Amino acid sequence: MKIKLFSYNRLDTPIHRLSGITKLITFLFLTFAVMFSYDIRVIIAVMIFALILLRVSKIKFSQIKVMMIYVLIFLVTNAIITFFFAPEYGVEIYGTRHEILKIFGRYNLTREQLFYQTTKFFKYASVIPFGIIFLLTTDPSEFAASLSGMGISYKVSYAVALTLRYFPDIQRDYQDISQAQQARGLEISKKASLLNRFKNALLIIVPLIFSTIERIELISNAMDLRGFGKFKTRTWYKKKKLKKQDYLAIIVSVLIFIITILISVFINKSRFYNPFI
Amino acid sequence: MRQKPIIEFINYSFQYYSQAEPTLHDINLKINPGEKILIVGPSGSGKSTLGYCINGLIPFSYKGKIKGSLKVQDLITEDQNIFILSKIIGTVLQDSDGQFVGLTVGEDIAFAMENDNVKIDEMNERVRKVSAKVDMEKLLNSSPFELSGGQKQKTSLAGVMVDDVDILLFDEPLANLDPATGKATIEIIDDIHKQTGKTIIIIEHRLEDVLYCDIDRVIVMEEGRIVADMCPDELVSSSILVQDGIREPLYVTALKYAGISVSKDMKPGYLSSLDVNTVSQPLKEWYQSIKKPEEESEEKQSILRMDNVSFSYDGKHQILDNVSFKVDKGEMIAIVGKNGAGKSTIAKVLCGFEIQDSGDIYYQGQNVIDKSIKERAEIIGLVMQNPNQMISKTLVFDEVALGLRLRNVDEEEIRERVKKILEICGLAPFIEWPISALSFGQKKRVTIASILILDPKIIILDEPTAGQDYRHYTEIMKFLEEINKLGVTIIMITHDMHLMQEYTPRAVVLAEGKVIADTHASVVLTDHEIIKRANLKETSLYNLAQRVGISDKTDFVQSFINFEKGVRVSSED
Amino acid sequence: MKKYFEVNTKTIVATGLGAAIFTILFMFIKVPSPIPETSLQTAYGLSAFFAVVFGPIAGGLISFIGHALSDAVQYGSPWWSWVIASGVSGFIFGFAYKRTRVEDGEFKLTDIVTFNVIQIIGNAIAWLIVAPILDILIYAEPANLVFTQGAIATVMNSISAGVIGTLLLIAYAGTRTKKGSLSKK
Repeated sequence: MKIKLFSYNRLDTPIHRLSGITKLITFLFLTFAVMFSYDIRVIIAVMIFALILLRVSKIKFSQIKVMMIYVLIFLVTNAIITFFFAPEYGVEIYGTRHEILKIFGRYNLTREQLFYQTTKFFKYASVIPFGIIFLLTTDPSEFAASLSGMGISYKVSYAVALTLRYFPDIQRDYQDISQAQQARGLEISKKASLLNRFKNALLIIVPLIFSTIERIELISNAMDLRGFGKFKTRTWYKKKKLKKQDYLAIIVSVLIFIITILISVFINKSRFYNPFI
Repeated sequence: MRQKPIIEFINYSFQYYSQAEPTLHDINLKINPGEKILIVGPSGSGKSTLGYCINGLIPFSYKGKIKGSLKVQDLITEDQNIFILSKIIGTVLQDSDGQFVGLTVGEDIAFAMENDNVKIDEMNERVRKVSAKVDMEKLLNSSPFELSGGQKQKTSLAGVMVDDVDILLFDEPLANLDPATGKATIEIIDDIHKQTGKTIIIIEHRLEDVLYCDIDRVIVMEEGRIVADMCPDELVSSSILVQDGIREPLYVTALKYAGISVSKDMKPGYLSSLDVNTVSQPLKEWYQSIKKPEEESEEKQSILRMDNVSFSYDGKHQILDNVSFKVDKGEMIAIVGKNGAGKSTIAKVLCGFEIQDSGDIYYQGQNVIDKSIKERAEIIGLVMQNPNQMISKTLVFDEVALGLRLRNVDEEEIRERVKKILEICGLAPFIEWPISALSFGQKKRVTIASILILDPKIIILDEPTAGQDYRHYTEIMKFLEEINKLGVTIIMITHDMHLMQEYTPRAVVLAEGKVIADTHASVVLTDHEIIKRANLKETSLYNLAQRVGISDKTDFVQSFINFEKGVRVSSED
Repeated sequence: MKKYFEVNTKTIVATGLGAAIFTILFMFIKVPSPIPETSLQTAYGLSAFFAVVFGPIAGGLISFIGHALSDAVQYGSPWWSWVIASGVSGFIFGFAYKRTRVEDGEFKLTDIVTFNVIQIIGNAIAWLIVAPILDILIYAEPANLVFTQGAIATVMNSISAGVIGTLLLIAYAGTRTKKGSLSKK
């Protein structure tokens, strides 16, 4: 299986036209908004907004099908174990108790628990479209410039650029090594015992790391020779200048973030929206 | 008036901290502005270290003890930092994937300017200009995976020229390139030299390939010292190359075989300048005197057959397109073709890493389609190019034993078999050694041993000699010949023309996933169509034959191969 | 004398490439555990190794970037509480940087013990404190759930970092040369 880190495709939509830094900032503000809020009305509203943006950026369902399956599995497991560990947590949060269904022992379904878990489900789910939009509409070349534009040290930003640059190389090495070791008899199937799978993993990791270590020295020489780290700042060839729509997008995302907080502070008087009192 | 040198070493010595002895001894060398210099020497001769001293990696990145002085443009390098030197000297490293740090061509070219805080508009302008110089202006948005080796190298070159440096230093520029791209690289360097008058320093051990264009002086290094500093004509006619373990140009070898004593006034430095009048007669006589070997009439037994095999990753782009060929038992053959022609895919399909979409693979007449990767490994073993990608254990013994341990063979039998294989591979004394203490060539042998332990009947080697100097090349190839004599069939994926000529009588040539030739190495190395489609180049023997007026050039090359085999056999006895 | 927080070009390159390997291991080479949402992540062996060889900055960034990227690729968005915890663990592993002599080719019993003590402390802080608290703060997850998960993750990741990290460091020390020790034959 080959994974492309950013399955970025060059389309011309209003979202694609925004600069990378705008997308990063809006992504963070909108994500933080739903991460902070525990108000299902806010969360659903933001989620609908996210789904609209998903349409605008012309992302096809086939592109994100696999991710969706992963997310769904994660959410369902999370829901089950939450209930298993803390069936009364909703009651604790909302302070009332309306029982719907007796299951057995301490496992009774309450409206409060159902509401808490539903809110949480959407809270997790609402972040996903933003992440997907960011990943699929941002030119990876712009990514490091965006990080640096947000005030992150340019050296750290460049480390991220190097990750994106060398990921495909290392993925290919990983595949070659894995195949060569399988030929020598390495079992990667699930048949092997736990300890054996652990040991077998090392047979791939060791060559992968040691052949990469060789390259680290070479690449850092190449960068030193071209003046990396000479000054306290550096410019970015792929940095896009911010336009009117960029500022607009940033303002909208900041507003949404502020409104979310205001709703919590003034309307709900808590992070939680409580329909039970 | 004497010019003032742009680079000047005076009694210069250097010792890495990790080394017990200096790597460079008493270097005295002057390089004048505008000169084009070639530095040759076997691996470990200190030629790369000399390059590091010039570009400032010593002492910036590699610490050590310096004696004597080195001035670049009158600056004492020890007192300068690497950033000042990088404005004077641009370095193109041998590994263009390592040097290509940008996500796209444009970014990579702009890298040095970004570090200099150049404004975006100016960067765009300069990137456009310099990329046009190396013919890359249409590919500014391409990522390294979409580029050929040659294009990556051009990008590297543009990336250092963007700073308008005075000196260009090329560290083994040919090591990772196929012959045609290597030739093109030498031409580009020559063009830049002629157009800009920059000082050019090329570090390389492939003398003949560099001497395709003019060089002012060749510096020969051996064990950290300069042993020669002369023009190509003088060098080629001396005995220095042979003593130093550097391969002399093939046409010179041919002249020597013909009993001609090569001298400086024949102008033998370049084939184009060689005075053919004096050599033509003896050469022709020698050619006619070579006896043709008797055709082997015995019918060989086929061991492996690919029958109309096709493969594609995405269902659209055919990587292998109806590939058919067979390999006889005990053969040693080469699979050649440019990058992306499908060479490595053939290896993957043979080993079962990928399953062909159609067609069949037969081993001794039996279809192998149902055999797993693990089962196929007992028939066909694959040795990867970089030994570090195969080595996963610390000790030689454990590494070689791995394949057997994973097959639950009992420990006593493992010990026996590992011992035997290590003896065959000349590694018996190292059985308890840590692998990290071995040389590159020995590591390579460890990886071959770790494949041979499974007793495969066929082994495939991916670029077994890439990046190796003449001595290590010979060492590896002699070893493979021995393995071959023990009955192991050997398939090599390569674009090393010497390898084809000297060791594999037959070559299968691929282009765009199709087999375009399956014939004698002498034909592959002289046929224009094949050469062009496989990114090879004519051997200099072909050009020599042409210059002296031998009409059947392929036969001349074949005769040379036959003669050389005779020389090698008698020298072994 | 090496400093903990010095960042040179080599640190940056090691970070970039290390994060790429981390991402790959995180996605492909994990051994599932019986407890849901946790698994033996071999990637922490890698971040421990890089942290000891290249320092806390590299260690922290490698696990932060690597974890964020693989989350993004698999789930569409990073799960910040665990991504931050990953970064913290890698950062703390880096305090074994100056305390061991792996660069000089030595990784003996005392170094192994030092490394493992630091590694376990790092995992405990990251998974028993940082991750659960962030989970509670951000997602209002039930405390008993996240602390149970955290305890499991601490054990799992300590095993991973301990076994794989130690073995990698021993192997790496074997490839390093002592000062002035190399001579031709």
